[in-house]
Amino acid sequence: MADVQKFKTAAETGLAERFSQARASLPGDAAARATAFARFTDSGLPHRRVEEWKYTDLRAAMREAAPLAGKLDDKAAAAAIAGATRFAEIDAVRIAIVNGHVAASASDLGALPAGVEITTLSQALAEGHPLLASLGAIPEAADNVAYALNAAFMTDGVVIRVAAGAKVEKPLHLRFVIDGEASATATRTLALVEEGASVTLIESHECADGVAHQPNDVLEIVARDDTKVEHLRIDAHGDAALALSTLTAYLGARVAFDTLNLVTGPALMRHQVYMTFAGDHTTGAVRGATMVTGRQHADTTLYVNHVAPHCESRELFKTVIDGDATGVFQGKIAVARTAQKTDGKMMSSAVLLSEGGTMNNKPELEIFADDVLCAHGATCGQLDDDLLFYLMARGIPRPEAEALLLESFLGETVEEAVGEENETMRETLMAPIRAWLSARG
Amino acid sequence: MLEIKNLVVEIEGKRILDGLNLSVNNGEVAAIMGPNGSGKSTLSYIVAGKEDYDILDGEVLLDGENILEMDPAERAVKGVFLAFQYPLEIPGVATMTFLKAALNAQRKARGETELTTPDFIKRVNAAADKLEIPREMLRRALNVGFSGGEKKRMEILQMALFQPRFCILDETDSGLDIDALRVVADGVNALRSPDRTFLVITHYQRLLEHIVPDTVHVMANGKVVKSGGKELAVELEANGYADYKAQEAA
Repeated sequence: MADVQKFKTAAETGLAERFSQARASLPGDAAARATAFARFTDSGLPHRRVEEWKYTDLRAAMREAAPLAGKLDDKAAAAAIAGATRFAEIDAVRIAIVNGHVAASASDLGALPAGVEITTLSQALAEGHPLLASLGAIPEAADNVAYALNAAFMTDGVVIRVAAGAKVEKPLHLRFVIDGEASATATRTLALVEEGASVTLIESHECADGVAHQPNDVLEIVARDDTKVEHLRIDAHGDAALALSTLTAYLGARVAFDTLNLVTGPALMRHQVYMTFAGDHTTGAVRGATMVTGRQHADTTLYVNHVAPHCESRELFKTVIDGDATGVFQGKIAVARTAQKTDGKMMSSAVLLSEGGTMNNKPELEIFADDVLCAHGATCGQLDDDLLFYLMARGIPRPEAEALLLESFLGETVEEAVGEENETMRETLMAPIRAWLSARG
Repeated sequence: MLEIKNLVVEIEGKRILDGLNLSVNNGEVAAIMGPNGSGKSTLSYIVAGKEDYDILDGEVLLDGENILEMDPAERAVKGVFLAFQYPLEIPGVATMTFLKAALNAQRKARGETELTTPDFIKRVNAAADKLEIPREMLRRALNVGFSGGEKKRMEILQMALFQPRFCILDETDSGLDIDALRVVADGVNALRSPDRTFLVITHYQRLLEHIVPDTVHVMANGKVVKSGGKELAVELEANGYADYKAQEAA
């Protein structure tokens, strides 16, 4: 009880109560969960006086701790999946995760492509699966409270192994759906991509508007040497959700890694990316397109860590802010003494459409090597009046002219991530952008 | 017809148009000439609806209807078209996407049905061929990486596609070599018709050898100071604008 008393808010106390109620029934190493939870009890929820959370005061934003979601039976899970239609058409191997638990009946686990092996996290934790040794490849993440809470509460997710040399053509689509009353979910997914393999992972996150769900999702990618990994994440959580997500990408040598995060949904989002260049001659691109309105708050925080030499990192973030919404971009690129010939470029651009919007940009470079090329930039502005005039002078009404310009602004991230040849995927990713823009119109 | 009555315009307290009067009949091609800074481009922007200006007095009437309260898109729907002196580059917006959005927006606003994609493509290709615009350019982002001449041709292509009733050509000849000038002029001449009105703004008589105007108006100091037939352009070419500048100074 001593721990509980030092908490300052109902949400912190609530989280402690939820943990003590749930801990006995959560799968896997109880001691590891207790250690992770202790990191939370040490500091409580992060607030604006914690440097990394300065612009996203989680302690103020999280009023209470929602109850942990229970596992739905097959029928209810299937109904929840059937009700989530937005990303149902993506041509991919589907893995449905409903209310924090894998819904095997709504997944294609029985028909996996050659070289792909998938185990549910709950099963892997229960049996102490050897692949779990690859979790936590980036130790810095362990100190992060969102990640630590996930480690304490994680219920399920999947452990994916892509065997050495496997070229997986069909994307793997993780469909996260949360249904029912406001609840908290904690999922963790591990993707271990072995030497020479290639794979595309898609995540879509959906829940209904108006329900204050609290998802906390972690995806850990370990890309061994000579792999090619594409990751596309669509955050279409409902407008009352408080969504925390963490991506860790541990990259070996000669890896081509790409991640794109597309955000249209939640009331509050914090997306954290930890990317470590552990092998030489690797390229890693982190991109994001964020659209916020009303009182929404979207935070993207990057920790890019160059350890190995001759690597290239590219970060491109686009944010469109309407209403009284807030955008946050924090990007830190660290270049260790060993990471000579690093080439890093980071750019964050925001368009403010209203008087009430706010954008906070905080790029940081921390360079200890002396032969590197690193650049960062941040811009914040309005739509160009001359371009708007040109489009309107051709008969395009203002809302459509604005939408056209914003679509091209945001679409650059999709163009870069997907490339011209994959039109289907590009359209899949542009659809939520267009839907957001037309809802605004 | 287009009638401009006593138009007084300032930008940041500086008077650009100072009681301008001009009347252009249906089917007429009117050339506007004048020295730098006489307000020619401002006139074109005001008619098209650019917002950066303070309009202190006057009216711009299209067939008797004052358009000054309309936004640029509403004016385009009424048939106003400005071929820009410096067409803008719009990265990320494919030329075809833009053309289709614009054409269908105009048709929709006029209560006409939107074009089907094959019909639209047929029309664009026909217009592009006449203006010697390669199809490949249509697939690129609008005006991005286009040469000055290509941009001007793209303006005329839009004019051919939208079939506007009131066309303003703002120094369309600037930056064009003689071959490109001929292509552009042919494109404009093909659009001349009894129910279409042109305002052709230029410094030089050169363009008017290819697009022969019905009337020529000389602007100086924010006003039309002299009007006449096409011979006035020849006279200006010979004598320059010195006389008009002298009038201003006096």
